[in-house]
Amino acid sequence: MVVIPTNTTLLREILTGFIRNEVQKTGLARVVVGLSGGVDSALSAMLATEALGPNNVLAVLMPYKTSHPDSQAHAEMIARASGIETMFADITPQIDAYFERFPDADPRRRGNKMARERMTILYDHSARWSGLVLGTSNKTELLLGYGTLHGDMASAINPLGDLYKTQVWALAEAIGVPEVIVRKEPSADLWVGQTDEGELGFTYREVDQLLYLMVDQRYTKPELITAGFPERFVDDVARRIMFSQFKRRLPVIAKVSQRTIDRDFRYSRDWGK
Amino acid sequence: MSIRVAIAQFNPKLGDLGANLALYEERIRQGIKERADLLLFPELSLTGYFLRDTVPSVALTVKSPEMKTLKQLSRELPFVAGMVEESADHRFFNSAVYFEDGEIQHVHRKVYLPTYGMFDEQRYFARGDRVRAFDSKFGRFTLLICEDLWHPSTIYLAALDGALAVLCPSASPLRGIVDGQAQDDNARYWEMINRAYAETYSVFMIYGNRCGFEDGVGFWGGSEIVDPFGQRLAKAAYYDEAFLVTEISLESVRRKRTMSPLLRDEDLDLTINELMRIRERPAALKVVQGYKGTKVREFKKPKAKPRKL
Repeated sequence: MVVIPTNTTLLREILTGFIRNEVQKTGLARVVVGLSGGVDSALSAMLATEALGPNNVLAVLMPYKTSHPDSQAHAEMIARASGIETMFADITPQIDAYFERFPDADPRRRGNKMARERMTILYDHSARWSGLVLGTSNKTELLLGYGTLHGDMASAINPLGDLYKTQVWALAEAIGVPEVIVRKEPSADLWVGQTDEGELGFTYREVDQLLYLMVDQRYTKPELITAGFPERFVDDVARRIMFSQFKRRLPVIAKVSQRTIDRDFRYSRDWGK
Repeated sequence: MSIRVAIAQFNPKLGDLGANLALYEERIRQGIKERADLLLFPELSLTGYFLRDTVPSVALTVKSPEMKTLKQLSRELPFVAGMVEESADHRFFNSAVYFEDGEIQHVHRKVYLPTYGMFDEQRYFARGDRVRAFDSKFGRFTLLICEDLWHPSTIYLAALDGALAVLCPSASPLRGIVDGQAQDDNARYWEMINRAYAETYSVFMIYGNRCGFEDGVGFWGGSEIVDPFGQRLAKAAYYDEAFLVTEISLESVRRKRTMSPLLRDEDLDLTINELMRIRERPAALKVVQGYKGTKVREFKKPKAKPRKL
């Protein structure tokens, strides 16, 4: 059993400090977050509430007609518990209008479209409300590439991107996310019956232990096998990380000049802030 | 001699020299108001830390107008500034500069530039080539910047060069969460070495760290002053801005060294002889030799004359 350190008291302090600092240095005071009803967005929203105060957090609920009814109920539960303002933007009409033209689209295309539609809504309200889009992707899904590029992976700042799902659960519990949300089975809820662990083929608890040793502790493959992880599991996860690298990078730019953006033109994002 | 030492722990604006100079002035004024004798600013606090390609545009030379302002400010309160310093031959250094009575009294160019993991300093900075103690009007001190102190040779040299206090400007990022440990792992390590070095070398450790975030990387603050007995005299808040002012008595170095004269007993010749031997003998050179153990690294001869700033 691998224990991933999860000092929730310290994490809470660091992550609220991160949100406050990174928001305020942009000259803004507020954030916009898409609340799905799941534990990641619940935790992000509650950390932001603690960092900035409830008046500076706007939660946007963006259900589709097939979304699980619990999703909305749980999102509302979080909004109530944290006292943040919520607004609804049902994405059904725009999604259905689009896929009327492409009726043969498979669930993956439909799911990605929904994630990206939600992103455009968040960024629209970001501009309207002068709030940064708050990310909700955790380290597990970022490493596995289990997210939609330019969809749910898009944000201005992300407090959860260095926390494994296991750590998200622990911190969510410590910060007071209702138990029913922490305990429920993780799902992107892009189609009926979808679950993360069903789709991935392993549980978050299993893969987090592997990722922690592989990524954070730099265990080699033989060391991981000695630690008790099946070789096929190790290979599968290593492959997922490699093949999803493109999702964690900016688009590839053809270099022709002396100084190409992000290759030899290197500046921090917080440049001048 | 008792001196009132201040540490300004704050969050500089990345790549904005003007804004940070104003923050310096504010803190120098505050130091004067609080009757400080000496003020320590964190590493690269005049510029921010993750500068990357902005290094050349925030670099200061002896002729920069900002240098004149800083010199002027030091007439009322001597201080250590953390800045990008450009040499006459256009190398850029991560430097700590001690200003006193309107003049630059000492410059330390960071020797150990971390270039691993999250750090990339050697890509942007030239490496300093000396460790020295220097005489301030308060006594003999040394300046060592952050990672410098993670190499025990630096403080060893400074202590043997007569330093009574180590002034360490730092930009130490928080990383590594440990269960049951109140602060991050970097903070734990720093607090351990500050205390160990203070006691081992019978010196004051005056450690000034910054706070705030740059591109998601937080700096943990927690600046502190530890006396030669290993007692922590002052501690700033973690993760937040702070302005510490503490009176230290340099006589306690004398008392400590009277009780445990470790430095007096240090055998410099033995150390030099053994180092020469280790340098010559490939078998003992596991750390610096080639992976296969065939090549011995060439050591540069020390330069004849120190370069002038």
